[in-house]
Amino acid sequence: MSDLVITPKRSLRPDLGELWAYRELLYFFAWRDIKVRYKQTLIGASWAVVQPLVTMVVFTIFFNRIAGIGTEDDVPYAIFSFCGLLFWNLFSQGTLRASESLIANHSVITKVYFPRVMAPVSANAAPVVDFALGSVVLVGLMIFYGIAPGWSGVLLFVPLILMTLVTSCGVGLYTSALNVKYRDVRHALPFVIQTLLFLTPVIYPVGLVPDRYQWLLYLNPLTGVISVARGTLLDQGTVEPQLVLISVGVAIALFVFGFVFFKRSEPEFADII
Amino acid sequence: MSLPVIEVRGLSKVYSIGERRAAYGTLRDAIAHSVQRLRHVDRKPVGRDQIWALRDVSFDVHAGDAVGIIGRNGSGKSTLLKILSRIAVPTEGTAVLRGRVGSLLEVGTGFHLELTGRENIFLNGAILGMGGREIRRKFDEIIEFSGIERFIDTPVKYYSSGMHVRLAFSVAAHLEPEILVVDEVLAVGDISFQRKCIGKMSEVAGEGRTVLFVSHNHNVVRQLCSRLVYLDEGHLVIVTDDVAGGIHAYLAAQEGHSEDSEWRNDGTIRGSHFVPARIAIVTADGSPARMPIPNDSDVWVEIEGEVLDADPLLTIGYALSTEDGQSLFWSYPTDVAEARWTPFRPGHLTLRTKLPKRLLNQGDYRVELIASLHMREWHLQPGVNAPTIELSIDGPLSQSPYWVLPRPGTLAPILEWEVLQ
Repeated sequence: MSDLVITPKRSLRPDLGELWAYRELLYFFAWRDIKVRYKQTLIGASWAVVQPLVTMVVFTIFFNRIAGIGTEDDVPYAIFSFCGLLFWNLFSQGTLRASESLIANHSVITKVYFPRVMAPVSANAAPVVDFALGSVVLVGLMIFYGIAPGWSGVLLFVPLILMTLVTSCGVGLYTSALNVKYRDVRHALPFVIQTLLFLTPVIYPVGLVPDRYQWLLYLNPLTGVISVARGTLLDQGTVEPQLVLISVGVAIALFVFGFVFFKRSEPEFADII
Repeated sequence: MSLPVIEVRGLSKVYSIGERRAAYGTLRDAIAHSVQRLRHVDRKPVGRDQIWALRDVSFDVHAGDAVGIIGRNGSGKSTLLKILSRIAVPTEGTAVLRGRVGSLLEVGTGFHLELTGRENIFLNGAILGMGGREIRRKFDEIIEFSGIERFIDTPVKYYSSGMHVRLAFSVAAHLEPEILVVDEVLAVGDISFQRKCIGKMSEVAGEGRTVLFVSHNHNVVRQLCSRLVYLDEGHLVIVTDDVAGGIHAYLAAQEGHSEDSEWRNDGTIRGSHFVPARIAIVTADGSPARMPIPNDSDVWVEIEGEVLDADPLLTIGYALSTEDGQSLFWSYPTDVAEARWTPFRPGHLTLRTKLPKRLLNQGDYRVELIASLHMREWHLQPGVNAPTIELSIDGPLSQSPYWVLPRPGTLAPILEWEVLQ
């Protein structure tokens, strides 16, 4: 083993060897979050299914039946909104949990060394499990409504999950580091995410926005994810590859920015948390 | 000689007090500050808001050393350990560590109350740097060491604090890094478990692994450590292989404990038969001993004075009592057979007697000068008008590596035992 040299300077580059050496800790953090998630609850993991289903029903009643928002296709609004919610929840829960992850692990951070990146990244594990359970419901709904996914939908499903996680990790890295110093994040972020829901085509189809302005919507990576998911799985709406590339680019940019900001703040975490 | 396992060079750490006090800022403060910064070009942090938790500390540690780090609260001990375990980043200086480092700044780091004992063993082990396979291999040993097999599948939140600590230390004790960094973990748990832990620690040190150990318990440091680092206000005061000497220097520097154990008559005490001049606890060269002293040190109680009237009944000696006044014993030169008595003569008198070794437990005691006409009248009576000096005992309380904590009782003698089987 090579010598460990401790100096005032810390590199901004990711130390992949170290991340690999600590991979088991990532697993244990994730395992802990998942284990603890539904402890001392009556219906346990069913919450992961009940929450989006109830939200879907509420959305369908208020936005579809009362406000008259449609899907612009034959696709039933219920499955349309559920598909959007599934990815939206993965993003919003992942981001919120990641942003709290350093503070939640504060007792560990002040007592033990580990690559701090592990905390916000592993915080996404529990939302991924929720997502998996929700996917089962999505499959059930597709069978119920008699919708068969296209081949592209099956192939792109995992990349879409990854893209959502890149986004939630990118934003989460940034907000978690900021949260260590400024607890304002704790109050601001839920509000920002709530607002962001309306800037993401979860409730409404992308086509509702005039074509000229659609690229603005695609600056939000989740717009890309959800429109591709609906297009390939439910055959709803049209997918414009150039616009989706904007979303992909923004997702990657957010991740790089979040990572660099995180690494730059990292040395002072233990001092000020 | 091979390269040192730990090389510390000019290590310094600055904390800004503002950061510490507020712990974290708010966005509003940051905006206010940046506005101020725009107005005042000077961006340098103000010096008086900063403290050096560690300043220019350098030392080497060789493989197999057990290093004890001592110093008062706020002397930089914990900061040093935090930097060496890579939790905090130094402001200046470097440290090179050659080998796998395991740090144990707290027992049960990352324990989750909702998880069971079994689950926490895995979680805590992983956090301390053990792999899943390593934990599974040592799992039975860990449970056995903890002594809480029955509750291993109970959530930790239902554990007593003692059980909690037992489990946590058991995991930590099975870490096998080449360099182990430990902070005060022994300050918890019941006595029998503490002994078990100390045994484990000396085992680790005995295996040739390097241990860095912060403790307030000087007995433990004295027993376990082969090297001593003494810090004061962030500065390195002493780094030495003479552990006992270093601890002595540290204790001597402590306020309130540095008084010499000596009383001198300033003329207020007179007598018809004997006028005391001095009572002191002295070392071999006759100089007053600096308190506290180990209970196995060679020290004498020395009484000086002027005999005015060598009455055969004149009796001079000392009384030893605990700090709260419980009398332990009185001692006189005339306790021996009459044939061995040395009668006093008028003039200057010096009496000297060795303090029994390995008799007193850790604590503070009072030594009082007694003078009387035997069975007739008191001149200097313990608890009434006798000149008093203080005696402080601080370890080592036995020769066993397992008995380094103060034990119950006032006395801590080492007796001869026969073991018959």
